[in-house]
Amino acid sequence: MKLHEYQSKQIFSRYNIPIPKGRVATTAEEARHIASELGGRVVIKSQVLVGGRGKAGGIRLAKDPHEAEDVATQILAMEIKGLPVRKVLVDEAANISKEIYLGITNDRGARKPVMMASSAGGVEIEEVARTTPEKIIKSHIDPLLGLKDYQARNIAIGIDLPKQHWKIFNQIANGLWRAYQDCDATLAEINPLVVTEDNQLIALDGKMLIDDNSLFRHPDLAELRDLDVEAPAEVEARKYGLTYIKLDGNIGCMVNGAGLAMTTMDIIKLFGGEPANFLDIGGGAGSDKVAAAIRIILTDPNVKAVLFNIFGGITRGDEVARGILTALDEVKPHIPLVVRLVGTNAEEGRKLLSDANMITAETLADAAKKAVAAAKSGKAGR
Amino acid sequence: MSILINKNTRLLVHGITGNEGLFHSTQMLAYGTNVVAGMTPGKGGEWVINGKVPVFDSAKVAVEATGANTSCIFVPSRFAADSIYEAADAGISLIVCITEGIPVQDMMRVRNYLDQKMVRLVGPNCPGLLTPGESKVGIIPGNIAIPGNVGVVSRSGTLTYEVLYALKLLNHGVSTCVGIGGDPINGTNFIDALTMFEADPQTEKVVLIGEIGGTDEEKAAEYIAGHMTKPVVSFIAGQTAPPGKRMGHAGAIVEGGSGLAADKVKALRVAGVRVATHPEEIPSLLF
Repeated sequence: MKLHEYQSKQIFSRYNIPIPKGRVATTAEEARHIASELGGRVVIKSQVLVGGRGKAGGIRLAKDPHEAEDVATQILAMEIKGLPVRKVLVDEAANISKEIYLGITNDRGARKPVMMASSAGGVEIEEVARTTPEKIIKSHIDPLLGLKDYQARNIAIGIDLPKQHWKIFNQIANGLWRAYQDCDATLAEINPLVVTEDNQLIALDGKMLIDDNSLFRHPDLAELRDLDVEAPAEVEARKYGLTYIKLDGNIGCMVNGAGLAMTTMDIIKLFGGEPANFLDIGGGAGSDKVAAAIRIILTDPNVKAVLFNIFGGITRGDEVARGILTALDEVKPHIPLVVRLVGTNAEEGRKLLSDANMITAETLADAAKKAVAAAKSGKAGR
Repeated sequence: MSILINKNTRLLVHGITGNEGLFHSTQMLAYGTNVVAGMTPGKGGEWVINGKVPVFDSAKVAVEATGANTSCIFVPSRFAADSIYEAADAGISLIVCITEGIPVQDMMRVRNYLDQKMVRLVGPNCPGLLTPGESKVGIIPGNIAIPGNVGVVSRSGTLTYEVLYALKLLNHGVSTCVGIGGDPINGTNFIDALTMFEADPQTEKVVLIGEIGGTDEEKAAEYIAGHMTKPVVSFIAGQTAPPGKRMGHAGAIVEGGSGLAADKVKALRVAGVRVATHPEEIPSLLF
């Protein structure tokens, strides 16, 4: 789950990381008000969860409250990469003398968090990694011990930060580590961390990604989720503990297990069709979950056929069959349905479905071929 | 021979009184696994599965009373890391964690702790282990595989069943099937499993089932080229997965241009691995 810049910076601030004075506004009047409170030049920043806000014109300077109102009016009317701008952050403008990158993320290969810093701040770290990888200083953090002072110091030395800033840099690095750890972040990033003309270090921009699996212990963070970035069907699916991702094809898929769900998409494509979605009903799905899954698949008007591919392990074939029957009873779809049940309690499941007049398949390849043919002909097998 | 589990495996099931724990413990017992104990705090002293399996309040007491050497964890994700620590501290040497959805920072701490204790973890978010005809630990349906000489290692659950089933339909047997799980941080990786299969006299060929996300398949390819004498056949899921989207498994995501299925297929082919276009094609590439 992504947090907005202003949310990330508020969290950073609680961990003794200096951030610019400023507040978030939902109207232009509010923006003017904040600008007059701050006095002097301000920067108006659109709060949308996509990169490239600056290039899109979503981050602009204003010299006084009047201009702040004008700029905020324009930015609040924008859409950036398809997302509406609902909020702007009004921050006091900084006089920048140097920009630094500082971030922590999970290193899958090393199985440890890694702190990364670069003297080339203000640029995306992926870009720096591509063009000037030697400018990135990395330090792995022992998850049981936490960030050590010497590591933060060595990073400061590595990015040629003058000695006078080491102490405050250490405070910021430690704050970032604690914020990352306490919030179960998968990314905590300050880009840029600026050195101002009067030698202050300030986190000008902030970004945090929170591990969805940890939200049970962060109800406060879970409330910050911005539903604009997700398709409504994806939000609905999550309520039922399902993972649904909409794609562009016309064959709906309901599968148990992520690997098999991806494979089902792949094999549909292999046999000349296009999958309409990824949908994993997860392990141990009961009939109510299955019914919800079918409803969600059918909200996509492009869907011309549905392929149910269930290989029972923790999921039981009879439970899935009951869910399919419940859902069919409720939504009565008029498109062909192809079903394949194998594994735990599959026999019982097949018995339950024998009267439902669905197209049945034995192998995965057979199921995919039948679904592709059904989507093309549009004939329901009933 | 087989790897990781065999008929001498003595299993302790964490969360045995829960819905899934009980269902799958019953299945494991019926398959022939020595399910010697279960544990659920607060349920110590009870017996489950027709009075066949004693339940304990703690892993330590369960190990002392029954000589359990392997743990299988079914507890909910918020308690799963604690169960792994408890099993490791009780002297269990092999822990199989089925639970899905454990926070990744929990797993980083678990993994770094286990590395210091020399305890092997399989999973989490995995279907477990199956040595056909001898023992199964986890949720892999026992009837979809027969004993044989093919080692199977996979990041997926149900996709692995497809492959086992496809092998069985053509009468090809399996030495051991290892589900390493779909999380970004896990206990056992491809190289660990490949090393064990290479050393196992029963295993003659290996099937490696990967998916998008991370670079473990690329690292496995490098290992195969340098160290494996036994033939390896592979399948990689997620050719059609859009980038930036987490495809169900926490670890299955293409990000920053890394983790693409095409790159993994290419690396494996360069290493001499035959890569199937769909899972049911695997048996024909093996034999």
